[in-house]
Amino acid sequence: MAKDQTQGYRLIGTRPDRPDGLDKVTGRARYGADISAPGMLHAAVVRSPHAHAKILKIDATKALALPGVKAVITRADLPTGLTGEDWNLQENTLAGEKALYDGHAVAAVAATTKLIAQDAAKLVEVTYEVLPHVTDVDAAMAPGAPVIREGAADHSVPEGMHPNVVRYMDFGHGDMDAGFAAADLVREQSYKTEATHQGYIEPHACMAQMGADDRGEMWVCTQGHWYIRRMTSAVLGIDAAKLRVTPSEIGGGFGGKTTIFMEPLALALSQKAGGRPVKLVMSRSEVLRATGPTASASMDVKLGLKKDGTITAAQVKFRMQGGPYIGSSPVGEALSCAFACYDVPNVMHEGYEVLANRPKAAAYRAPGSPMAAFATESLLDEMCRELGLDPLKVRLKNAAKEGTKSSYGPTYNRIGLVESLEATMAHKNLLAPLGPNQGRGVASGFWFNWGGETSVSLCIGEDGTVTVSVGTPDIGGSRASIALMTAECLGIAYDKVRVNIVETGALGVNEPTHGSRATFASGLAAVEAAKQAMAEMCRRAAAEWDIDAEAVEWRDGAAHPAGPNAGKFPPLSIGEIGAKMGGTGGPISGHHEVTATTHGASFGVHVVDVEVDPETGRTTILRYLVVQDAGTAIHPAYVEGQYQGGAAQGIGWALNEEYVYGADGRLQNTVFLDYRVPVASDLPMIDTVIVEVPNPGHPYGVRGVGETGITPPLPAIANAIHAATGKRIRSLPMSPSKVLAAIKAQG
Amino acid sequence: MSRIHVTATVNGDAVEFLADPRDSLLDCLRDQLNLTGSKEGCGTGDCGACSVTVDGTLVCSCLVLGVEAQGKTIETVEGLAKGAELHPLQRKFIEHAALQCGFCTPGILVAAKALLAENPDPTETEIRFWLAGNLCRCTGYDKIIRAVQDAAAEMRGAA
Amino acid sequence: MRYHAPSSVAEAVKLAAGTTGITRFLSGGTDVLVQLRAGMVTPDDLIDLKKIPGLHDITKTADGGWRIGATVSGAEMRRHAALCADWPGVVEGMNLVGSTQVQGRATLAGNLCNGSPAADSVPGMVAAGARVVVTGPNGTRDVAVEDIPAGPGRTKLQPGEMIEAVLLPPRGTQGGDAYLRFIPRTEMDIAVVGVGISLTLDGDKVVSARVSLGAVAPTVLLVDAAAKAIIGTTLDEAALAALATAVRAAATPISDKRGTAEFRKEVVGVLAGRAARIAYDRAKGAAK
Repeated sequence: MAKDQTQGYRLIGTRPDRPDGLDKVTGRARYGADISAPGMLHAAVVRSPHAHAKILKIDATKALALPGVKAVITRADLPTGLTGEDWNLQENTLAGEKALYDGHAVAAVAATTKLIAQDAAKLVEVTYEVLPHVTDVDAAMAPGAPVIREGAADHSVPEGMHPNVVRYMDFGHGDMDAGFAAADLVREQSYKTEATHQGYIEPHACMAQMGADDRGEMWVCTQGHWYIRRMTSAVLGIDAAKLRVTPSEIGGGFGGKTTIFMEPLALALSQKAGGRPVKLVMSRSEVLRATGPTASASMDVKLGLKKDGTITAAQVKFRMQGGPYIGSSPVGEALSCAFACYDVPNVMHEGYEVLANRPKAAAYRAPGSPMAAFATESLLDEMCRELGLDPLKVRLKNAAKEGTKSSYGPTYNRIGLVESLEATMAHKNLLAPLGPNQGRGVASGFWFNWGGETSVSLCIGEDGTVTVSVGTPDIGGSRASIALMTAECLGIAYDKVRVNIVETGALGVNEPTHGSRATFASGLAAVEAAKQAMAEMCRRAAAEWDIDAEAVEWRDGAAHPAGPNAGKFPPLSIGEIGAKMGGTGGPISGHHEVTATTHGASFGVHVVDVEVDPETGRTTILRYLVVQDAGTAIHPAYVEGQYQGGAAQGIGWALNEEYVYGADGRLQNTVFLDYRVPVASDLPMIDTVIVEVPNPGHPYGVRGVGETGITPPLPAIANAIHAATGKRIRSLPMSPSKVLAAIKAQG
Repeated sequence: MSRIHVTATVNGDAVEFLADPRDSLLDCLRDQLNLTGSKEGCGTGDCGACSVTVDGTLVCSCLVLGVEAQGKTIETVEGLAKGAELHPLQRKFIEHAALQCGFCTPGILVAAKALLAENPDPTETEIRFWLAGNLCRCTGYDKIIRAVQDAAAEMRGAA
Repeated sequence: MRYHAPSSVAEAVKLAAGTTGITRFLSGGTDVLVQLRAGMVTPDDLIDLKKIPGLHDITKTADGGWRIGATVSGAEMRRHAALCADWPGVVEGMNLVGSTQVQGRATLAGNLCNGSPAADSVPGMVAAGARVVVTGPNGTRDVAVEDIPAGPGRTKLQPGEMIEAVLLPPRGTQGGDAYLRFIPRTEMDIAVVGVGISLTLDGDKVVSARVSLGAVAPTVLLVDAAAKAIIGTTLDEAALAALATAVRAAATPISDKRGTAEFRKEVVGVLAGRAARIAYDRAKGAAK
């Protein structure tokens, strides 16, 4: 197989078939809803139709009378006394005194069939006292807004703010007054983004079983089964170790499956139904109404620019709502990402978190970064336009690089923004001619990436093949990349390594597949585990040859005598060592656990060409380019896939996706017909350039590639629409109605 | 509520099952026949993850009642491969990395096969519009389109 | 819910007449099943029409028009070359209903009976001058398509009545039709605005026309003033401007999650002009 790059690796950089490919093209792969068990019951959830309401009474008499119904649970069945985020999670799992958003769960039913469970859910009678509600972030912090919860704010909030403002933060460096005074042009603008949903195609699903002894089993579609275990055990008041959680294959997550929504309900129903297994699968409208979309944001940006393109000062004030609980909106991340691409001497960030009657936000691909980029990268483009500057050259002039003190504090080590900008400027798409009503937009994007708690085991088989056990579910090819790194390290063939995603009982705690960490952190730990196993295999060879272990080296999948005094022995292959291991000291394995902190920051640059129909306001994406630093692309096809998928999601967010709430506070677009993710005919081919500036903190230079790609499309498309129409859209989505209104507006 | 006895042919096998009149064909395939390759992503015909063919016509099995399957011939993703030999589309999807999470893949493979049966040499635009009812949230569709084009070329060459 | 699969129209109508609760006829099922699964409408009796011989046929009528049975799917219409040649606008309207998968099931009759003002197949049928064969407890009648919708989700069909077939008139020479809709994406959306236009020419001059609008009023509209704006013209700029003015005047849209009233009023004029030009070009092509 030809290699894309020439870093001197044998396997890394090649594109072998993914190990789970066959299962996934034949329909054999088992996702959340694909497993069943003997005696299994089906569950359904009763949800609030109101955005904000007191729950006066829940009467399940009629539901329980329906033949086939085995259990009904309400909040009264859950333990009391939880605090902090555990309380938030419990409250979100089942409403207590109040329903806080349209779709908030208030009860759950288990019955012998799906249809009976659904019928029974309709028979649960809930008496509400409807309260005034608020769903818009700015409205929620305005005087007179309905109070979602008194006393929810922490000590950070300044005096005199509305009780819905629950967190405040500010940070920065330099001298803002001097910075703006040094600028030739200072501009200030406000921007808004609507909430969007991760839109994974697989609805949340789980099967759970727990008897009176609190020993539970869960099969869950999740990005992180240790998170499921920790959160579920907290919400239900059981010991984490009594719960064994096995992850199914996962049909997309993008951050939205890093937390619990209805999983504890299945477990609690199982226990109440005498320990029969319970399957609970969400419908699409439940997913949209009651899982974890993004925050919505209202943002002010102020920038100072010199005529030569130097950024002298940068300031943001962001307001974000992430639902009715403190800590769910990524306001801190958004602030930190706002100017992360730039070397800015004077920078100030202020952020407010605001409660609203919307679902509890979850992570969505680079949480906070896309909104921030929409605001800051739009204003920078507007100012480049005003000063007649090339937006790519301005980005290069101010680009953060190794040694730059980042806008959010830390000093960058080796990063690849400059290389990404240079690769962009050399790309043929910049030379494509543009016709009438067409425009080109560029923008940069950033994500921190993440390492986190990681535990991996590796075992040598009797035939010399290798099993790797990891705790990070494979959403987009990480089995393949981890197998490639392991095989590279051990000097064996790719298909001699099998990577398994194992359950919570099999490894130490693992964080989810989030923060673009699976290939980085599980890969790093797998390589370290492989090195342990290699060292042990060298010791076994040394013992057989009766020489010092230091005189044995590992290469090409075998132990070789090395050094002047090692003697001449034929190499001992991994297969030969494995075959004898029972008699030479026992099983050979490697294990590595770490809270990885050496992840490398990720930067990308996107260029988009659009055509806007001047009579209808519809935007067509003509051409799209993603350039991003991968560190090292272990399996380039799946790196490209992450770039393309991130861009597609960003395009959807920019143009058509949004949460639409009615005056009644109910979500209006609860099906894919009206929650408009991009379809195949909406998009062109998405061109990619993989820049490789290896991360010094990973044995093979991996940075993580999953998230940055969703960030630049929002501003890049706004910038392209401006180029095509002369109009600047400062709120998302840039729907045809909005664009046409802008075109028709005077001036 | 009495259930109705249904006989049909699924992937060449004679099958029978009992369907509640409210059960979709997708429910029956998954829950009665244990053919869980077809997925439910929306239940409203908007995502295509449940795509199957009924008497050769591509449909969303979530928008067909189980009882309507009486006497019909149904093909699902589980019937694409002939024994151990993958359909060219299946091979090309793996080769082109045209799947990430893989959840939409069964529906897209079934839909793409129906396209190539009707149009062995589709343009990129024809592929994109034919597959517009198959949502993929992971890939941005690029590699899916390329895999379909490549499979089509191979199938034309073999024909 | 009881499921019935009658083998004749008479049996279907008799079954419907004998029910007391909520009754739905099942053709393609792409609306009925969505409503069922969303818990919006759970019929007590569901009468499947697909086992009825004859309802599944596309046939040329004695006068040179077409009869399209109630259970003919969009995919079957698309594959019928002669029908597509005569009434491309009707077929393209139907083919915009949902995805390829939905096309495998959805029908003209079902799209009409669903009563949506945004139904993509209806403006094309209205513009074509289509009629429907309605059979019920009191016999069979023949009704213009524009007389079926009563308002969002409602029709003027009487209890127990079903549509057996859609009748399209003969296309004749020098005729052309077209349907265009506006949606935010390229596929899979409900029309924000739809326009169906059918016209005939004498040489370069429009001698007859019908203009129908979708999604800009509680029902699909047939706009005589819009037809008058182009009859007698060669579809020059002035005629197109008059057409746009007429359709905008007739439109009484609402603002909702799919688009604003202002947007719909503006775009209906744009689409009318574009659809008219396509229909005109098709009529010219047909004359050759």
